[in-house]
Amino acid sequence: MTAAFLYGGAGILLFALGLWSLLVHEPLLRKLIALNIMGAGVFHVFIAVAHRGDGTPPDPVPHALVLTGIVVAVSATALALALHNRLEQDASDSAQSTSTSTAGLLSGLSISPQSDIIRHE
Amino acid sequence: MTTDSLILPIALPLLGALLTTALPRIAPLLGVIAATLTALSGLWLTGQVWGGDALNIVLGGWGLPLGIGVAADGLSASLLAMSSLVGLGISVYAVGYFAGSDRGLHFWPLWLLLWTALNGVFLAADLFNLYVMLELLGLSAAALGALTGSREAVAANLRYLLVGLLGSMSYLLGVALIYTAYGTLDISLLSERIEPSALAATSVVLMTAGLALKAALFPLHFWLPPAHANAPAPVSAALSALVVKAAFYLILRLWTDLFANITTTGAAFILGALGAGAILWGSWRALRAERLKLLAAYSTVAQIGYLFLFFPLLQAMPPGPARDDLFAACVLMAVTHGFAKAGFFLAAGLVQKNAGHDRIDELGGAAQSMPATTFSIALAGSALIGLPPSGSFIAKWVMMRGAFETGQWWWLIVIVTGTLLAAAYIFRVLSRAFGQEPTPRCFVTDARAEIPALLLALSSVALLGLAAGPIWSLLGFEGVQT
Repeated sequence: MTAAFLYGGAGILLFALGLWSLLVHEPLLRKLIALNIMGAGVFHVFIAVAHRGDGTPPDPVPHALVLTGIVVAVSATALALALHNRLEQDASDSAQSTSTSTAGLLSGLSISPQSDIIRHE
Repeated sequence: MTTDSLILPIALPLLGALLTTALPRIAPLLGVIAATLTALSGLWLTGQVWGGDALNIVLGGWGLPLGIGVAADGLSASLLAMSSLVGLGISVYAVGYFAGSDRGLHFWPLWLLLWTALNGVFLAADLFNLYVMLELLGLSAAALGALTGSREAVAANLRYLLVGLLGSMSYLLGVALIYTAYGTLDISLLSERIEPSALAATSVVLMTAGLALKAALFPLHFWLPPAHANAPAPVSAALSALVVKAAFYLILRLWTDLFANITTTGAAFILGALGAGAILWGSWRALRAERLKLLAAYSTVAQIGYLFLFFPLLQAMPPGPARDDLFAACVLMAVTHGFAKAGFFLAAGLVQKNAGHDRIDELGGAAQSMPATTFSIALAGSALIGLPPSGSFIAKWVMMRGAFETGQWWWLIVIVTGTLLAAAYIFRVLSRAFGQEPTPRCFVTDARAEIPALLLALSSVALLGLAAGPIWSLLGFEGVQT
């Protein structure tokens, strides 16, 4: 029981650390890693739940959930990286023609009072 | 029969998504066929729920903890009917909108995948499948939103993706805690077993916060306006009318079904207060917006606020016909907004295409040369304001009566102010259409594109306003008590 408790507690700690990092850090890669750490934390909680005492085999349902969750997390990370790649390509293209600044584009999870500025596509 | 009708709304669009990926040459044709079949299957299921009782099955021949449960009751059937009709309108419109462009090739698979996930959210019967469907919805929505490839669109949707992931993670942790305490994820089993405890309260907070982020509840709405305003018109319509409703549906389902006996007045008041903030802030920003699509996006923020205003009223109202009315009015409000906002965005897309921009101050000539489109905007706008006979008029009426009956008069001020602001921002757009420019003699200038927008806008006013009764009977209630 103590082992499961420690494992689950560690999972919640990882979730909290990931959340903090996601909100505080600006670069996209750090945000993505933070999200994955949050995910790992949740999966830890699920694995701790599966423990049903030392003698009995673990509960298979949470394990199945964790496997599905990992697949979802991988695809989400891949899509985010692809979008980021696209942005960087655009940035390097426009940097060659004019030296425009890309700062502020990825202001991330902060409320931007200037969202009205976004111009027509 | 039950199996077919429950599976088809999820299986058909998924099949369509695979086929449009495999055969991109005829993607628009396949897409429209898949969309028509999906819409028909959704309406068939709605008809079955209307005629009988709630339906549910467990797939794959496994028992409940392992098998995938699918279920439909009045609430899910109402929203499924909305997604069917709005989805069909968006699909027909998209054929014309994307004609002759490469973007269409990417639009169809992603749009059908989005529709799969949407119907999946409405029909899933356990908390983990809901998580998978929500993630699928978030991924396909972010990819669709970035379809134009412009830097603003990609940046806005990257942010949308991250926000969505954060929301799902929070939801998933809540699910893990629920499983720890009760050992099942099935919603109907859980609603029998759940009782007030610290663990259950924590998971309510985690799940609601995660979903509120996805539903763009003020002040967590910051991602919505840029993401919705920069997407192509059919995508904006799908995102604003349907995708945010999925997260809202889930909050409503959790609060009224799963956690019904552990939610408190204080917690419901917080949701209501955030909703009030959304109405005031969203309407104000819509009034100040320079672009038509940005106006529509901020108006979505405000309309989502009205939906959350129902929570403190539902919480305070004792069970009975009055509470049933409130619940049905909440569903009616969500469905009406789905039709109205889809019609508004589709029409705004036509104006934008015609004028080459969507800056409201310079729209005069373009709006006047497209009578049917401007009429759609006016109709959808009257539903957004809540003018009679639209569905939202009835919903607001019931909501105001509920506020009186439960003694929560302060919500009335919010509702009235929000309605006035909505009237201001809609009339600000419409005033541009009455200039001195020549007006064409024919009403419809581009039938394939204008008619879906017009029909959707018309349904939000006429169908849902004059014939709101079916929503009550679909939910199994007696009818409006006035």
